[in-house]
Amino acid sequence: MRALDLDYMLGLVPVILGYVPLTLFMAAVAMLCALVLASLLAVERVIRVPGLDWLVVLFISFFRGTPLLVQLFLFYYGLPQVLSFLTQINGVTAAIMGLTLHFSAYMAEAIRAAITGVDRSQWEAAQSIGMTQGQMMRRIVLPQAGRIAAPTLVNYFIDMIKGTSLAFTLGVTEMMGATQKEASGSFLYFEAFLVVAVLYWIIVEVLSQGQKQLETHLNRAYAR
Amino acid sequence: MISVRGLTKRFGSTAVLDGIDLDIAEGERVVVIGPSGTGKSTLLRCLNFLDRPEAGTIEVGETSVDVARATKREILSLRRATAFVFQNYALFANKTAKENIMEALVTVQGRPRDEAERRALEVLAETGLAEKADSYPAALSGGQQQRVGIGRAMAIGAELMLFDEPTSALDPEWVGEVLDLMRRVAEQRQTMLIVTHEMQFAREIADRVIFMEGGRIVEQGPPGQLLEAPRDERLRRFLRRVT
Repeated sequence: MRALDLDYMLGLVPVILGYVPLTLFMAAVAMLCALVLASLLAVERVIRVPGLDWLVVLFISFFRGTPLLVQLFLFYYGLPQVLSFLTQINGVTAAIMGLTLHFSAYMAEAIRAAITGVDRSQWEAAQSIGMTQGQMMRRIVLPQAGRIAAPTLVNYFIDMIKGTSLAFTLGVTEMMGATQKEASGSFLYFEAFLVVAVLYWIIVEVLSQGQKQLETHLNRAYAR
Repeated sequence: MISVRGLTKRFGSTAVLDGIDLDIAEGERVVVIGPSGTGKSTLLRCLNFLDRPEAGTIEVGETSVDVARATKREILSLRRATAFVFQNYALFANKTAKENIMEALVTVQGRPRDEAERRALEVLAETGLAEKADSYPAALSGGQQQRVGIGRAMAIGAELMLFDEPTSALDPEWVGEVLDLMRRVAEQRQTMLIVTHEMQFAREIADRVIFMEGGRIVEQGPPGQLLEAPRDERLRRFLRRVT
C-alpha cells in the first residue's frame, strides 16, 4: 500500500471546485423544468383528461422504467440521427433535457400522491367560491401538495445533482469530467476520485441543511 | 330572488332530494331543520354544485340553470352567486385569515389586491378578528376559524349565503360567538339559507323554517307557527326529540 498524495489532492480541490457552478447550473435548471413538468403530469393523473391520460401513463412508465444513462445516450447520440434538427444540441442541453424528463416521471408520482393527500375540504372550499379547476389547482391544491411532497422532492434534487455526473459521458466537462481528465494525466485515480466524491458529499450535506430550513418555512402556516 | 324547482339528487337508488321546490325572497332568512340523513346538507351542496343534482332547475338572481344540462360556465356562475359556510370551516390552510377572505375577491372576482385587502380587513373587523388578520387557520380556535369562514362568505357579496350546520363541529364554548356573528349577518338583510340544529337561534332569526324529511319539504312556515304549533306528526316527533 502506498501513501496518499495529499499535496496532489489539495491542489486538485480548486480545479474541481471551478466546475461546481456548471454542475449546480445543470441540476438547478433541470430541477425547475422537472418541477413544472411533473406538476402538469401529476395534475393530469389526478383529473384524468380523456385522450391524454394514456400518454402520460406511458411517459411516466418509460422514464421510470429505463436507466438514466440509457436515456441520455438515446437523446444525445441516438435521436439526432433520426431528427436532424437535434444535431446542433450540445451536451449540457442534452443532459438537462435528459435529467428533466427522467426525474419528472418520478416527481410526478410523488406530487400526484401529495395532491390526493390534500384534504377534501380544501377542494370544496375552492369550488364553492367559484374557482375554475386551474385556479383551484394553482392557488390552493398544489401549494399544499408541495409542502407534503417537499421532503421527497428534495431527495430527488439530491439525486439529480449526483446524476449530473453522467453528463461527462456526453462529453461535458463538469465536476466528474474534469476529475477524469486530471486523473488520466496524473494516474492518481484514487486521490482524484476521492476528492470529487468528498466534494459531491459536501454539496449534498449543505443542501440537507437547506432542506431543514425549507421544511420549517413550509410548515409555518401549520404551526399552532 | 331564489327559485328552485323539482331539484332531485340520488345516491344509488335512494333519492336524497326528491323533487324539492323552494322560493326564497330577497333578504329572507330561511332555516332548514330535520333529522340527519334527510337531505338538508345535500340541498345546500346541490345549490352550490358541490354535489351534482340530476334534475330540476335552480335560479339565483340573474343565473338560471337547468341542472341536467348545466355547463361549466353555468356552474361557475351559480357558485359565484352563492357563498358557502362549511361545517368544518374549510379555511384555506395555506393562507392567513386575511388571505382567505381576499382569495375569492382577487382570484375569482378579479378585483385589485389593495381593494381586496381593504375589504378583507373591513370584514375581519366586523367578525371581531382584526388582530388575527395575519394568523394561519391552524393558529385559530374553532370559533375563530368559523368566524373567518363566515367572513369569507360575507366578503363575496353573494345573492345567497348557505350555512351548512355551521356550529355542529364546534366545542360548546365557541358556539355563542359564531351564532352572534350570524345574527349580525341576518340583521343586514342578507338572504340566508341555514341548516342548523340550534332551535332557539332558528326561532330568533328565521323568517321561515322548513322541516325536511326523506328528501322532501314536509312542512314550512314562520318559526312561531312551525315550532309552536306543528301540524305534521313527523315534525312533532322531531321537535320532541331535539327540545
